[in-house]
Amino acid sequence: MTQDTDRITDLIWDAIDEVNALLPEDARIQRSEDAVLLGAAGGLDSFGLVNLVVALEQRIEDEFGVTLTLADEKAMSHRRSPFRTVPTLRDYVVDLLKQTSHG
Amino acid sequence: MVDRPLVMVTGSSSGIGRHLVEHYVRADYQVVGCSRRDVTDVAGAYRHFQLDVTDEAAVKAMFSTVRKEFGRLDALLNNAGIASMNHLLTTPMSTVMNVLQTNVLGTFLFCREAAKLMRARKYGRIVNFASVATPLKLEGEAIYAASKAAVISLTEVLARELADFGVTVNAIGPTPIRTALVASVPEDKLNALIARQAIRRFGEFRDVTNVTDFFLRPESDFVTGQTIYLGGV
Repeated sequence: MTQDTDRITDLIWDAIDEVNALLPEDARIQRSEDAVLLGAAGGLDSFGLVNLVVALEQRIEDEFGVTLTLADEKAMSHRRSPFRTVPTLRDYVVDLLKQTSHG
Repeated sequence: MVDRPLVMVTGSSSGIGRHLVEHYVRADYQVVGCSRRDVTDVAGAYRHFQLDVTDEAAVKAMFSTVRKEFGRLDALLNNAGIASMNHLLTTPMSTVMNVLQTNVLGTFLFCREAAKLMRARKYGRIVNFASVATPLKLEGEAIYAASKAAVISLTEVLARELADFGVTVNAIGPTPIRTALVASVPEDKLNALIARQAIRRFGEFRDVTNVTDFFLRPESDFVTGQTIYLGGV
């Protein structure tokens, strides 16, 4: 799974690069594991978040051949959002892929 | 990947949809269409997908293919729709479900998937299909008129949700056109309907493409959330 985890991390960074290209310079996400993607301390606005979700879903489909819905009601109702940072998003995607392969 | 703009037409096998396909192929667009029936006789840059617009998995697979093969989507013409003429007291729920699923859920599904493709280039044009049945409050078409009212509501809300993505969302409300959709409507009812229009004649295909051409123009980027009815309704 480590190999998949690394691939997913790369896909997240690719998706962030795509979203950053659509955003003004002062709204872009820094390329850091500690960077806040979503939260009270800053991060993406709703336009950026929607773009990130769709960009990542498309990359996961291309890489793994599965269609995931990242922003369903369950994810959005998590007390701690899976979209907080790159590591939390990566763990969330890994879990979803495991559920898909076991489903 | 294609250099020419790509337009997608739903319900493309007959009637208005078929005319839209031929019109935009002639206008040098790459055209992608879908319908439950297969289409094999369109000359030019046309790719057909045989599917039901309410089948989410099939629709998502089609958009995935379009993204990988063409790399873009400039415009969606959400034409697929079904009509039903029946009095409330004799309308079966199966008819209600079919009309709502195709006209409302199908329109929603295509708007969502199209916007996912359009957002990457921050450009897109979505044209939904309303109907004069809604403002004319046609008796005997309660569920059809209600489904088209929902399409107008979707159009107005999505226009706001997609504005930041560079995507406009508008609707056209055609009057009766001599297609299979109105073939089962009695002539006297059609004439009574046309008598309520400011301009009293049947619509023609060119009346529809005149409006869709306007919505699709790059210069129409400040026009969104609007419904244009034909015939002065």
